[in-house]
Amino acid sequence: MIKERKELGGSRMKNLFAFSLALILSIFSASTWAKGVELVGAGATFPYPLYSKMFDAYWRETGVKVNYQAIGSGGGIRQLMNMTVDFGGSDAFMNNDELAKAPAKILHIPICLGAVVLTYNLPGNPKLKFTPELIADILLGRIKKWSDRRIAEVNPVVGLPDIDIFVVHRSDGSGTTFVFTDYLSKVSREWERKVGRGKAVNWPGGLGAKGNPGVAGLIKQLPGTIGYVELVYAYQNGMPVASLMNKKGSFVRSSVASTTLAANVPLPDDTRISLTNTDAPEGYPVSSFTWILAYKEQAYKARSMEKAKELVRLLWWMTHQGQKYTESLHYAPLPAEAVKKVEKINKSITYNGDPILK
Amino acid sequence: MGTRSLNNPIAARLRLPGMRAESVFRKILVLSALAIVVLLTAIFLSLLLQSFPSLKVFGLSFFFSKTWDPVSSQFGALVFLVGTLLTSFLALLICLPFSLAISIFLGEYFREGSLSSFLKNVTELLAGIPSVIYGFWGLFVLVPIVRNLEMKLGVLPYGVGIFTASLILSVMIIPYAASIGREVIALVPSDIKEAAYSLGATRQEVITKIILPYARSGIIAGILLALGRALGETMAVTMVIGNSNFLPKSIFSPGNTLASVIANEFAEATGRLYLSSLIEIGLLLFLVTMIINIIGKYIIRKVSVEG
Repeated sequence: MIKERKELGGSRMKNLFAFSLALILSIFSASTWAKGVELVGAGATFPYPLYSKMFDAYWRETGVKVNYQAIGSGGGIRQLMNMTVDFGGSDAFMNNDELAKAPAKILHIPICLGAVVLTYNLPGNPKLKFTPELIADILLGRIKKWSDRRIAEVNPVVGLPDIDIFVVHRSDGSGTTFVFTDYLSKVSREWERKVGRGKAVNWPGGLGAKGNPGVAGLIKQLPGTIGYVELVYAYQNGMPVASLMNKKGSFVRSSVASTTLAANVPLPDDTRISLTNTDAPEGYPVSSFTWILAYKEQAYKARSMEKAKELVRLLWWMTHQGQKYTESLHYAPLPAEAVKKVEKINKSITYNGDPILK
Repeated sequence: MGTRSLNNPIAARLRLPGMRAESVFRKILVLSALAIVVLLTAIFLSLLLQSFPSLKVFGLSFFFSKTWDPVSSQFGALVFLVGTLLTSFLALLICLPFSLAISIFLGEYFREGSLSSFLKNVTELLAGIPSVIYGFWGLFVLVPIVRNLEMKLGVLPYGVGIFTASLILSVMIIPYAASIGREVIALVPSDIKEAAYSLGATRQEVITKIILPYARSGIIAGILLALGRALGETMAVTMVIGNSNFLPKSIFSPGNTLASVIANEFAEATGRLYLSSLIEIGLLLFLVTMIINIIGKYIIRKVSVEG
């Protein structure tokens, strides 16, 4: 009987079963191959190119692997709240309500600065200047043509064509949108009342495109468009960048240097500050920190002391030695005052109540 | 059980010892079939459960409000619902003549030979192209063309919008409608066709009077599959539709779809109500697809009884 069954293909089926079982087992065990400490982070996409460069360099120097998933600031915060990652990345700081919902105290550690720039597509791509009022009125849909007198008043030398203005904004929720709408809310009462600030807002008009590459791509495709992208993308794509009038009344072209200068203002101890429209006389007005978020008390969910130590070491490295990678990738390094604040925050991280760095 | 497996010709050939394997095999089949039902119900329930906060706050007005404002937490899905239905049905309309022509050509005129298999493979290859590539192609090739057309028509030359999205969608769904259409047309029994020919019918008459009515329900099933694909398509659409949260004024206006707003905003959605509203949009998409499927099934049954 048993012999017969084997002849009937039962053994073949058994073999198949054993094979698939072995396959599944090997897949599961593959994840346990990685040895040593590996730090896991998730969050903002904006600093991702910089972070991957930094983490690669860090791995070469120290042998510690850092795995960063660029899933967006919101996702990073959610994962940190669920305590499934060692750190989160965010372009917008968490407000008091959000912090109150966190299971434990969360610290903000700024890593670098980014700038959001206005870029456009016009015949010949002239260099344009914008005042805050001008930007707000264009985005609110009040100025509809490039030939509008008010644009010409600020840009007297440039002859602008009589074509429609199409505003391009982000269609996905993003820190870039937050920084830009935060700026608009600061310079225009009407914008603050009608639209407000957020990672995604109810745009009064225009077209949406997904991600910085999407916005850059659409602007390049459509003559007459104006939109905002991260500084990096405008440079990488060779797109024109507008000079903006800052709070002190001077027109500033966005650059790595003028972005760092925007942080030349008194900073709060927790570094949670919006750097748009700051009082810095030479600062570019649409700048922002990007932060790494981590818990102040590292002994949670059975994390090892070793892991906590590695995290603190990594954060120290990123805000010191790691800063040298910023400029070549068009990110702005932290100003000296910010680094001092960061050092203090870093030293306040504890494991079972004891500071990790001494 | 025993008699049943004896009636089964395969089991009979394997004789009795195969019975145990047979019953195991049957159990696996039943389990897999049940798993699908469980999975579908589970997806529906979890969508429903998670959209509760939004259902509670907005109620039915969620489906009729056109405001989508994450800053002030006002959410309504009308703009996206209109966008999804408009792009999908417009795409279907554009795709219909082409897919029907392809099905007739491959199912009736060129059933065999290298040209036929070449054309068949090319059509099916269309279905295998990742949608992000369609999106790119749309953005770089279609958008400028549509923009020129819009300038000639005297509408605002956005280039992107409902019309462009429908064009892209129609190309994407042609293979689905065409390949099923081709198969059912090829299945039309030749004795009916020959009978018609012997009565003096021309080829065109055979196609319009015999083949199409006979294959009608199958062709509609193919169209339905294509529509389902169009309703849920995300990436290619979001790249060319303009993602503007306003009710479209014409087919050249920018718009937005259910699938595209979820894909765009889910990653950065913070706040319970915001997330829950996005999930409710998912629920709405689920329901729309289901309702259209049920209507389609009804139509298929109707026409196949008549035919």
